[in-house]
Amino acid sequence: MQTTEQAPALNQALDGLYRHGFVTDIESDALPPGLDEDTVRAISRKKREPDFLLQWRLKALALWQTLEPPQWTHLRINPIDFQALCYYSAPKSLKDGPKSLAEVDPKLLETYEKLGVPLHERARLAGVAVDAVFDSVSVGTTFREQLAKVGVVFSSFSHAVEHHPELIERYLGSVVPMGDNFYAALNSAVFSDGSFVYIPKGVRCPMELSSYFRINARNTGQFERTLIIAEEGSHVSYLEGCTAPQRDENQLHAAVVELVAHDDAHIKYSTVQNWYPGDEQGRGGIYNFVTKRGLCAGQRAHIAWTQVETGSAITWKYPSVVLRGDDSSGEFHSIAVANHFQQADTGTKMIHLGRNTKSRIVSKGISAGHAHNSYRGQVRVARTAANAGNTTQCDSLLIGPNCGAHTYPYVDAARSDAVVEHEATTTRISEERLFYCRQRGIAPQDATALIVGGFCQAVLEELPMEFALEAKALLAVSLEGAVG
Amino acid sequence: MNTPSTLLQVRNLRVDVGERNVLKSVSLDVAPGALVVLMGANGSGKSTLGLALAGHPSYRVVSGQAQFDGQDLLAMNAQERARAGLFLSFQVPPDIPGVKNNLFIRSALNAVREARGQVPLDAFDFLASARTAAQQLGLPEAMLGRPVNEGFSGGERKRNELLQLALLQPRLALLDEIDSGMDVDGVRAVVQLVQNLRAQGTAFVVVSHYLQLIESLEPDTVLRLDQGCIAESGDLELARRIARTGYAHAAEAVGA
Repeated sequence: MQTTEQAPALNQALDGLYRHGFVTDIESDALPPGLDEDTVRAISRKKREPDFLLQWRLKALALWQTLEPPQWTHLRINPIDFQALCYYSAPKSLKDGPKSLAEVDPKLLETYEKLGVPLHERARLAGVAVDAVFDSVSVGTTFREQLAKVGVVFSSFSHAVEHHPELIERYLGSVVPMGDNFYAALNSAVFSDGSFVYIPKGVRCPMELSSYFRINARNTGQFERTLIIAEEGSHVSYLEGCTAPQRDENQLHAAVVELVAHDDAHIKYSTVQNWYPGDEQGRGGIYNFVTKRGLCAGQRAHIAWTQVETGSAITWKYPSVVLRGDDSSGEFHSIAVANHFQQADTGTKMIHLGRNTKSRIVSKGISAGHAHNSYRGQVRVARTAANAGNTTQCDSLLIGPNCGAHTYPYVDAARSDAVVEHEATTTRISEERLFYCRQRGIAPQDATALIVGGFCQAVLEELPMEFALEAKALLAVSLEGAVG
Repeated sequence: MNTPSTLLQVRNLRVDVGERNVLKSVSLDVAPGALVVLMGANGSGKSTLGLALAGHPSYRVVSGQAQFDGQDLLAMNAQERARAGLFLSFQVPPDIPGVKNNLFIRSALNAVREARGQVPLDAFDFLASARTAAQQLGLPEAMLGRPVNEGFSGGERKRNELLQLALLQPRLALLDEIDSGMDVDGVRAVVQLVQNLRAQGTAFVVVSHYLQLIESLEPDTVLRLDQGCIAESGDLELARRIARTGYAHAAEAVGA
């Protein structure tokens, strides 16, 4: 009987909740706030996990308890009371959402309209309780059948734990160790669900994999865990996120993403992050503290991160590549937008371990309003990395007089044959360019969108085409009111 | 008010740039299809007049009036003036990095079309007309796919202004030293385009120091601007005299 393991504290808390009048089956829906060993055991038990995973989580928890949140960022973060957070809630019943679009924040709907989100999708994104999950069910099903034919596994993390425990045991934490940092340790202890991708040897994944199509993605956002394994010679492109803002009541998001590319494998990972950024006064919004890292484990492996970050009140995120295989290469293409009182501290790490390893970094930071945008990047060339090369292009665009852009490049080269190039620019949307557009009849908002789109062009080109168009529209919406 | 004889009517226009007064008092009438040449020494206020009429926020109209097609021009913002049919070709057109020329011009054209109540052009229709216009102006088609003026030579930037003029078909075009930096073929393209548009009723105010161009344009009026005022008004003869004797001499002759 597992219930006997429950600690008094947990029972007490459960009672507490009950006294507040909850009559739902608490055991199956949510855990009370707070985090200790019992919480972790309860999560693991609810998910019917194998013992190795429970032990792994417990180890991560023990590590987390010795760690402190990072202090080196250029961010102002209100202290988070981690014992006040709730660490598990099962996917919510559809009944809990708004009953119709009429109950949804009109501002959110307005944004969907501007982004051109189809009507039936708006309801899903806004979390409206609808019985049929539209076309995406059938899309998802046909999708899965096609993938199964070529042996690609694309499932929820929980599903993978159940059906491919050997892969999970082998790779989980192999790229982002559980004690890597405060938030990664937290995630390792309490992660709820996420995505799992396995591409067999020599297979080119026949389509872009998108978490957008994964139906079971509801309410798994807070401590999401993603693992992608590309075997020798395989190719995969993965899209994460959605250009439309999603309704979400969680304040803190601490996800972990691990990528493993074996010999000659290619992984392309694209993100559009548009979580709620808080209002014009800087109230509310998501704290997005994410650890993303890829390992080029084999020779000639290639990993490319592309990200468009427009949402969240605070973004703390450094998608990185460990270049262990000889002749492997890593890329990082980033657009980070911060408007109003948003704060972004984002960049990448390129860790060169193998010979002839190459990396490329293109970062475009846009600041408007009172926002602060920092690029933080590290290029490390180990003693073993003969003939390594990196080029970094880091551009900042400022809109208005009250925002800030900061660049923190760290270079740590243990070899004299390393070629590391860094180029940085800071520009403003000049009055001359703006007037030129206006003199041709283009309204200031549209002119700003044009100029920003041009500034970001080099990164937008890296996105799959449809995504690039959406991202462009998103940039325009995110910067609305920044000019004129 | 809306008499067909005047498209642009400027009365006693006084313009400051920062703390400095540049135009003291300028009055000017331009009829539909007319061509006015504006001459004057460097710093006499020619570019300021164009930028002020186009609504540049740094060029502040202190007093005076300007009517455009019977409307109060000064009450409109820059983009409204452009949509009403006022076009300014820049002396030094800025670049817009990363923005493809055809996207920029199509955005402009569709903003103007929308204001005229016309349906917007899609990318294909636009490209067809842009290609034709580019060909007529002797522009390489590749220029449409390049970012706006980025890495363009001075002459290429001016030709790009011509391309926009040809596609936007404004009612009044202010050309500020369109010929500077241009080769012979470029200047010939200017004359050709101005003739074509003028035949359709577009009026022009042309700033130039180059007599050969001025003669080819067959102006109705030649004005000489001096220290922020219209000092002299005449026809081609005035342009020829200035070309012969220079601005300093012209100023003395009038002052005497």
